Amino acid sequence: MSVDAATVRRIAHLARIAVSEDEVPHLQGELNAMLAFVEQLSEVNVEGVEPMTSVTPMQMKKRLDLVNDGEIADDIVANAPATEGHFFLVPKVVE
Amino acid sequence: MTDLTSLTLAEARKGLAAKTFTSLELTDAHLSAIEAARVLNAFVMETPDQARSMAREADAEIAKGDAGPLAGIPLGIKDLFATKGVRTTACSKILGNFVPTYESTITSQLWRDGAVMLGKLNNDEFAMGSANETSCFGPVANPWRRDGSNATLVPGGSSGGSASAVAALLCMGATATDTGGSIRQPAAFTATVGIKPTYGRCSRWGIVAFASSLDQAGPIARSVRDSAMLLRSMAGHDPKDTTSVDIPVPDYEAAIGQSVKGKRIGIPREYRLDGMPAEIEKLWSEGAAWLKAAGAELVEVSLPHTKYALPAYYIVAPAEASSNLARYDGVRYGLREQGKNIHELYENTRAEGFGAEVRRRVMIGTYVLSAGYYDAYYLRAQKVRTLIKKDFEDCFAGGVDAILTPATPSAAFGIGEKGGADPVEMYLNDIFTVTVNMAGLPGIAVPAGKDAQGLPLGLQLIGRPFDEETLFSLGEVIEQAAGRFTPARWW
Repeated sequence: MSVDAATVRRIAHLARIAVSEDEVPHLQGELNAMLAFVEQLSEVNVEGVEPMTSVTPMQMKKRLDLVNDGEIADDIVANAPATEGHFFLVPKVVE
Repeated sequence: MTDLTSLTLAEARKGLAAKTFTSLELTDAHLSAIEAARVLNAFVMETPDQARSMAREADAEIAKGDAGPLAGIPLGIKDLFATKGVRTTACSKILGNFVPTYESTITSQLWRDGAVMLGKLNNDEFAMGSANETSCFGPVANPWRRDGSNATLVPGGSSGGSASAVAALLCMGATATDTGGSIRQPAAFTATVGIKPTYGRCSRWGIVAFASSLDQAGPIARSVRDSAMLLRSMAGHDPKDTTSVDIPVPDYEAAIGQSVKGKRIGIPREYRLDGMPAEIEKLWSEGAAWLKAAGAELVEVSLPHTKYALPAYYIVAPAEASSNLARYDGVRYGLREQGKNIHELYENTRAEGFGAEVRRRVMIGTYVLSAGYYDAYYLRAQKVRTLIKKDFEDCFAGGVDAILTPATPSAAFGIGEKGGADPVEMYLNDIFTVTVNMAGLPGIAVPAGKDAQGLPLGLQLIGRPFDEETLFSLGEVIEQAAGRFTPARWW
């Protein structure tokens, strides 16, 4: 399988990465090189094989449904580019 | 006092205990070495004040006689580990001036045991690379050069700063991480020892995530014993990482010097690649002969799905990366590029903040997870992964204790030499190491010799899950036979 220019633009949008028109052909070439490389997986017979979900044979641990952390709002917003009090600031999203 | 930097960690521990020198002297010697080696670009942040204050504390503990196992030992920390109050960037512009308000579990365990932080080490951006060329702080130089050449070589990646700093005697050991070979390949390129432990052995909490089902931290050090000492402090169960395993951490150092008599060592025929350089082939046979001379038994084994590990990795790892890196949105931390609306803000921030390799992997990951392609790519890759793991399980069930392979398909190469036109050329560096991540197994790279141009080459040992001890025992046999290698100083 390979991707065309329209698909490259669609993937970039899904990934939320701005891509300019003149970057598209280059990216298309690189993505297609990677897709050509992974194409060899189609040779493998995976009939009846379970997909891996955990590399170590262990039960997923579950935490108790208890509050064990918190009251650190200052820490949470400490590295934010724009804040007001304990809120993150973003451009207006609701008209 | 500069000769203090040439001690191994084990030797330094003895000297500190005997009060031959203090941690402050040892730390100062390393801080001077770092200053004199800035041309290597191994450190992206030096923390001399913090280092000296930690060294003074360690000296006080040593004087009191209740020092931890790493008391006073100066270490470098890969910039992927969150360090409280010290800028942590994963060497990406998108994290900008991120200063964590918390400490990663692994580093907190190192400080608990008395270690001293010298600073933060360069790496490939988000650990995506095999040459340390994708860092937003620029490439790292390998302290090794070809005989009679001034050309700068890469130290490997993604833990290139860790490997370069340890090889150049700038720190006694370093933390590193390995998703497809990022500890073992740079260790092999710099004649250092690097171990990627079993998945789940070390906590991933507080380490910037790349591909969560493959990422595992480990040390890079100058000897097998040093790496065993560091892993003991780094490993252990952490309730904050649900994939970390709750089993006791052995005294890994006790495995050094244990007899390897009767150990069965698998030599996998699929690792004998067409066009493999003769010197790699020779190194591999020599390594096998050393283990045999120490009493181990060699058996040829087959891992039939080996050739599919790298392509399956380049689906699984980017898929997980695209999901992990969704958090970099320009809102909660790091870089922000303005836009007319929130969508443009996201897109502009991520276009500006991510480097080319990261953008490429996030996009591939997004594609293979997108509607209509998930089954063909991601699901199939995870099935292939099951088969890769089964190859190893069959091999171990047949009585094999460990598997010996080359660590890399070549020695270090020049900056800008690989992957310019085709990204896959760079990816092939990890051909011998990536299988181990796919199967969650432990793997150690040990220096084993040099190529015709005088560059170091390493061998890899792959072990059963949670049997790092056998790797340390076998690794030390190789180290004893091959000797240790130090680069000639040119910086």
